[in-house]
Order: sequence, then C-alpha cells, then structure tokens
Amino acid sequence: MARGPRQLLAQPVADALQSALPGIVTAVTDEWVEVASDRVDEALRWLHDAPAWDAAQLSNLTSVDRHTHFEVVYHLQSLDLNHQIVVKARVADHENPVLPSAYPVYKGALLQEREVYDLMGIRFQGHPDLRRLLLWEGYPGFPLRKDFLGIGHGQTTGLQRFPFEDKAAPDRMINAGNIITGERHSGDAAHTGGGHH
Amino acid sequence: MPASTEPYVLNIGPQHPSTHGVFRLRVVMDGEVIRDLDMIVGYLHRSMEKLAEERTYTQNIPFTDRADYLAAMSSNLGLALAAERLTGVVPTERSQYLRVIFAELQRIASHAMANGTLISDAGAWQTPLLYMFREREKILDLFEMTCGARLTTNYMRIGGVSFDPPPEFWPALAELVAELPERIDEYFELLTDNEIFLGRTRNVGIISPEDAINGSLTGPALRGSGVPWDLRKAEPYCVYDRFDFDIPVGTVGDVYDRFMVRMEETKQSVRILQQAMAEIPSGPHKNDVALALRPEPGEIYSRVESPRGEIGFYLVSDGTPAPYRFHLRAPSMINLSLLREMGVGSSLPNAVVTLGSLDIVVGEIDR
Repeated sequence: MARGPRQLLAQPVADALQSALPGIVTAVTDEWVEVASDRVDEALRWLHDAPAWDAAQLSNLTSVDRHTHFEVVYHLQSLDLNHQIVVKARVADHENPVLPSAYPVYKGALLQEREVYDLMGIRFQGHPDLRRLLLWEGYPGFPLRKDFLGIGHGQTTGLQRFPFEDKAAPDRMINAGNIITGERHSGDAAHTGGGHH
Repeated sequence: MPASTEPYVLNIGPQHPSTHGVFRLRVVMDGEVIRDLDMIVGYLHRSMEKLAEERTYTQNIPFTDRADYLAAMSSNLGLALAAERLTGVVPTERSQYLRVIFAELQRIASHAMANGTLISDAGAWQTPLLYMFREREKILDLFEMTCGARLTTNYMRIGGVSFDPPPEFWPALAELVAELPERIDEYFELLTDNEIFLGRTRNVGIISPEDAINGSLTGPALRGSGVPWDLRKAEPYCVYDRFDFDIPVGTVGDVYDRFMVRMEETKQSVRILQQAMAEIPSGPHKNDVALALRPEPGEIYSRVESPRGEIGFYLVSDGTPAPYRFHLRAPSMINLSLLREMGVGSSLPNAVVTLGSLDIVVGEIDR
C-alpha cells in the first residue's frame, strides 16, 4: 500500500544483498528489506557502492519502538537513478539496544543517529560523537520509547485523546489523571504486516 | 621571541542575531582561527513527535506550522500528502492548484527571509533585509486574507485545503506576480555586483557535490553545489508535473552560489505561479473526510521540497486514529551535518555567513 512513488520493490534488492552478503537478509516485504542488525553497516556500504543500486544518499534515518524490540529505519536514495530503498534493522535487545553506526558510510547520519540515541536510547557503535542532541546529558530516560515514565502496554499518556469519539466512556482515567487505559499499543497489533515472524 | 596564542572558548548564542533563532555555537578559537566547533540545540524542543502519537492526523497539522515557522505552508503540505497517501484520500483538483500556489508563495517569502538575513550576516545591516521583507509582507497579507494567519497557517487539510481564497485574493495575487520579476531584478542589481558582498561570500564555505550528497544535504544547500535535485521534478507531487520550470544550480558550492540559487528559485516560483493562476480549475476546495481517519496498519515515508530541502514525514499506523510513530525529517537539522568540518580551520566571520547560507529554522531543528 504504502510504497513511495519512486520506491523500489524490496524483493530484488533483498535478492541482490543476499547473494553478495550471504545470510544478511532476515526478512523482506514489498516495501522494505530487513537486515541483521549487527551487519547493517555492511548492507549500507554494499548498497552505497553497488552501481545498480547507487544508494548515494541517506535520506532519512529514524527508529520505531515495537515494545519487544526496536526497528531502525534507513531511507536511502539514488539521485542519479532517482529511486528509493528502505532498509530496516531489527534490534532485538530492548534493554540495551546497540547496532553499528552508519556514519562511516554516510556523514548525513551524524546528527540523525544522535537524535535517535537521544530520544529512543539506541546506541550506534562507531559513531564519532554520540551525545544527546535535543535533551541534555542526564535527562532521565528516552521519551520516544513507548514505556517512557513507566507507562506499559495498553496504557498511554496524556489527556483523553479523542473526546468526540468516546462519548460512552468519558472518564477512563486512572493514576491521578495522568494515565488512561486504552486498547492501542497492545503488542503485536502494532506490527505493520508480514516480515519477521 | 615568537608570539604564542592560547585557545579560548567562545559562546555564540543562544540569543544572538547571527544564529537565526535560539541556537548556540560553542567555538574553540585560536586567535582568529576556529579549532573546534560544536552546536548546542534543543532550546525549542517541544517533543512534537511524542505529542503527535496522541493526536489524529488532522490534529497534527498545526504542529507542522510550528516546526518550520518560516515555511508553514510547505510543512502543512508535507503532512497532508503523507496522510493522504497513508489513508488513500484523494484531494480535489482545485485544491491541488491552491496547494501549489501557496507553497510557491511560501517559497518566495522564505527565500526572501533567508537571503535577507544572510546579507545581514555579511555586513549589510538590515537595509536589504527590509527591502526583501516588502514582498514577504505582501505574501503574508495574502495568507491572512485566505486563512486568517500569517505564519502559523494551518491551511492544508487531508483531502484539500481549509478555505477557498476570497474574491479579493486573485487581483492582489496577480498584482504581486506582475511586480515580482522587477523587484527581483532590483535585488540582483543592488547585491550581486556589490564588492563587499562578493568578498564575504565568494569561495567561502565551499561544499563539494560529493560531500553534499553524502552528508544528506537537500534543498538550496545541495543545489548550490551543482546537484540538480529537486523533489518537485524528481518525484512530482500535487500538479507540479504540469508546470514548466527549471532547477537552478550553482557551480562552486560556496555561500554565494547558495544565495544565487535562492534568488533564481524565486524567479522560477513566479513562473509556476503564473501558470497555476492561469490554469486553476473551479470546483470544491476540499473533500469531506472523516474527523478521525483510521488508516490500515502500515507505514509511509512521504516528502516534499520545502524552501530548506526535503521535508519528510515518516508515519506508522497501527490502525487507530493517531499515528503509532510520527517522525519529521527536518532539513534544517540535517543540513548542519557538515557544519563542524566546514567550520574547523575557517574564521568566525566566515562561519557566520556559512551558517546563514544554510538557512536554518530552529523550530524545525528542535521540533
């Protein structure tokens, strides 16, 4: 559904990656290639150097907290061939997420990885200057994590989100009005379709 | 006995005119030479991405105003397009043209601000800036006429735009579009042959095309280095593929080239405006769309060419009315990836114009 207008189908990319670097692809959908998180720098280097894929620019680097693991998402693009490739790395260790930095391949990862570290707490090995970016050193926790402030599954921060939707149950607040229960953020419902299972 | 120097630390900002907002540079100087440079940001951090996870896609549009507050229309458009691609909503034909018109007006206003403040950084204190503000004021008047706001426009909607412009909008726009080419030529005369301006900007802050691409630079910062990459051509959105316009590029990749790319882009925006005004169809400005859209679980990365570069929205849906993850790719921040290596070894005045030529908006860096 949600491929960008210039985004390549991921299967041919995955096949090429797999034959060049055996065992590196861990999952694939129409939209993205998932690679082994400890070898993501190899995958990026190969896509960057291979003339057929020419992933010259790291367009966007971000991460998603999936409760049990993290996903780091790389949007790569070729300016000459005008196409986009999406690579994901699944970081299984939710307590201590670490993966190799993309900085040796892309200088554009410098601030984007600092942002991911700052807000999601994922560490990038080999990053030359991994410090917090928007928050200050010593800030407690990583706010973009779904369990920030000890809020767990099935709960969400803030005020009642959609009062116009929820007239039947106007007051579901618990914990001094700070946390409400809700059906969203409940584990696997958040997964975006196939791939890794 | 040879003179010896000792490095010292100099703080610029967070409140300083040359940092263009609440942005702090911590510079280690040895005499006149920069030995190290660090940027400290986050003073305007409002945790937009976290807040967005608690709001519907439409409720998030006003946040994008406050990200890049000098080009609110462009960021509005970015989110509206991303949400449309995620939900499958189709905008009306007329709104596509209105989006192009307002995005291009915004580009002219934003480039006027960028170039005006750059000239201030280069030493021409305030006069050229206020000349450029003359056109910007007229554009903001047009915004106010249409949506009631000048900066935080909150104009684009999922499925269209929030208001159709009032009848008095069109003659005012026609007048502005008619006089703009003359005004732009005036700036060229005033500035492009000015000895001091050339001395301050030529061969300063050079970025090679390879570095620009590898450092994820986009927008005028990338095109100034001679890379003809513009999402309006590369990945046309709205109805940009129906218009005739060029992508201006620089040759050297210095501050002057980035300045000139913005000036030339203003001319190209006028060309787009002329065509869009002539061709705009009548019809509704907005489709009726449910207040709380529930996209299928999935994700999208959608981008538009804002005045500062590629503004991208990475939205992950879990099937509820609010995004599971909302990430704004901020060109202002990512264009600073090379700042440190450009700054080290140069002088403070050169670092200031280099920063000015990258055209940062701190609201977008910090989000």
